[in-house]
Amino acid sequence: MNTRFAARLLYTMLASGTLLLAGAVRADTSTQDAIAEYREMFGDDNPAELWQARGEALWHEARGPQKANLEACDLGLGPGVIAGAYAQLPRWFADTGQVQDLETRLVTCVTSLQGIPRDDFLKVKFGDGEKKSELEALTAYVVAASRGKPLTLPLKHPAEQAAFDLGKAVFRYRAGPHDFACATCHGEPGKRIRLQELPQLNTALGAREAYTHWPAYRISQGELRSMEWRLQDCFRQQRLPQLKFGSEVAIGLTMYLAKTAEGGVLAAPGIKR
Amino acid sequence: MTVSSVGVLLAATLLAASLQTVAEEDAPYPAAAMQRSFEAKKQAGMDRLTQDEVQALCTRYTTATLPPAEAERVQKQSLSSVKPPADGQYLGDFKRGEKIAQTGTGLQSSDDPTKPNGGNCYACHQLAASELAYGTLGPSLQHYGKLRGQTPAALEAAWRKLYNSQADVPCSNMPRFGHQKILDEQQLKDLMALLFDPNSPVNQ
Ligand code: HEC
Ligand code: HEC
Repeated sequence: MNTRFAARLLYTMLASGTLLLAGAVRADTSTQDAIAEYREMFGDDNPAELWQARGEALWHEARGPQKANLEACDLGLGPGVIAGAYAQLPRWFADTGQVQDLETRLVTCVTSLQGIPRDDFLKVKFGDGEKKSELEALTAYVVAASRGKPLTLPLKHPAEQAAFDLGKAVFRYRAGPHDFACATCHGEPGKRIRLQELPQLNTALGAREAYTHWPAYRISQGELRSMEWRLQDCFRQQRLPQLKFGSEVAIGLTMYLAKTAEGGVLAAPGIKR
Repeated sequence: MTVSSVGVLLAATLLAASLQTVAEEDAPYPAAAMQRSFEAKKQAGMDRLTQDEVQALCTRYTTATLPPAEAERVQKQSLSSVKPPADGQYLGDFKRGEKIAQTGTGLQSSDDPTKPNGGNCYACHQLAASELAYGTLGPSLQHYGKLRGQTPAALEAAWRKLYNSQADVPCSNMPRFGHQKILDEQQLKDLMALLFDPNSPVNQ
């Protein structure tokens, strides 16, 4: 069976309550179990591989006004090194004078090496059925090259520490009509919203469980989603305005989550509801 | 030490210094960084990033860590915001209440602002036994009225909880539905009926 079709089928089952019905026997049945069942049925067959393959092709293809590929892109471990690079991001980059996560660093490479304008490249930040995101494909390709690597974030540069501190503060920042903060939903162990389990993201255990599987293929959307997507969607649920791509808060929260998850072994791209 | 490593060190020191001033400007931290990192989207305007006094306090503290003097201030201020129903009637229609409790939309940038907001109670609470997809951020409310009875004190306490959760539990994680105008008076009455009406699915 085509994996994408299988994913859709699972989602239809989730949405229609077919799987919830099974929950009548065990009231604590959750989406987590449904995803485990999906994994059992389809094994390692992760649709994210489609994004990885597209990303790999994009990486090697000469494109843009400079007709260059991305093989000289420095993700922190030297030009062209992608193995293990994601396990050490976000980090401070001397050439831009900024702390960058994977997504913003890819923007730097695409603009500087290929000469593609930032806004053109970012026109489709988050893809859908019709419009595919080059950023998401490249992200999947780079991330997969860190599978099995432990997250390592020494925070040696003061700007890295500042990003972490900002993320930590934002995590508890209560605002909006509902008074929500990240901590409202992710600050205690073993909680759920409806049947969705909420990782406790201010502990190593919870942060590892979550962070090491992102970016992830989202079954409910049939798309691969990045950490920047995850964060802006949680802010939407928080009733706050739109998180800007690559903003201080986006980088800070990513740094906070990654550092809290330090030592966790990367298994991304994962599969999520 | 080489010239370039001195340069890097100098740059790092300068950067650290400039970061410090940024952090100092951020009063209260991290409000200024929040302002720089968002843009208005539909009904979710930038004003939503600005905290009221209670939100600011409950960012620094939790219910458990809030100093007693501050706790008293939050409770007093929250209590004074609670408006009892104009006609003195606490109970509306439990069927409408159940629908409000089931509805998760309202006030998100992705929601239709012409539709009434939901209460999304099932996101955090168990209510009717037939609804298995309930969350656990709040306590179970199953058999709420059956267990407490319809005494004036029980009705008033539940109304306060819905209107402004912080009147009794400072820095509660439950939204202040009345105070923040998430729900209107009639919706709150319908939810009260869901909790207290003997025929409500919550009390079966
Ligand atoms: C109103 C509730 C709510 C708030 C507030 C919230 N989240 Fe979430 N978050 C969720 C839910 C629900 C999920 C699971 C979504 C799913 O499975 O589709 C989730 C998932 C996540 C995940 C992925 C976890 C995983 O294992 O896949 C991360 C990371 C995350 N949130 C971070 C944050 C951060 C950071 C904030 C604050 C900016 C935040 N969340 C605020 C409800 C919330
Ligand atoms: C984001 C989570 C959340 C949502 C949404 C929420 N609550 Fe709560 N609720 C809580 C928490 C946490 C508590 C415990 C702290 C407190 O009493 O304030 C609570 C407590 C209560 C209590 C007091 C229980 C007792 O035994 O004293 C009632 C009644 C209640 N909620 C009703 C509701 C109703 C009705 C709705 C929907 C309109 C709702 N809640 C929505 C989190 C939530």
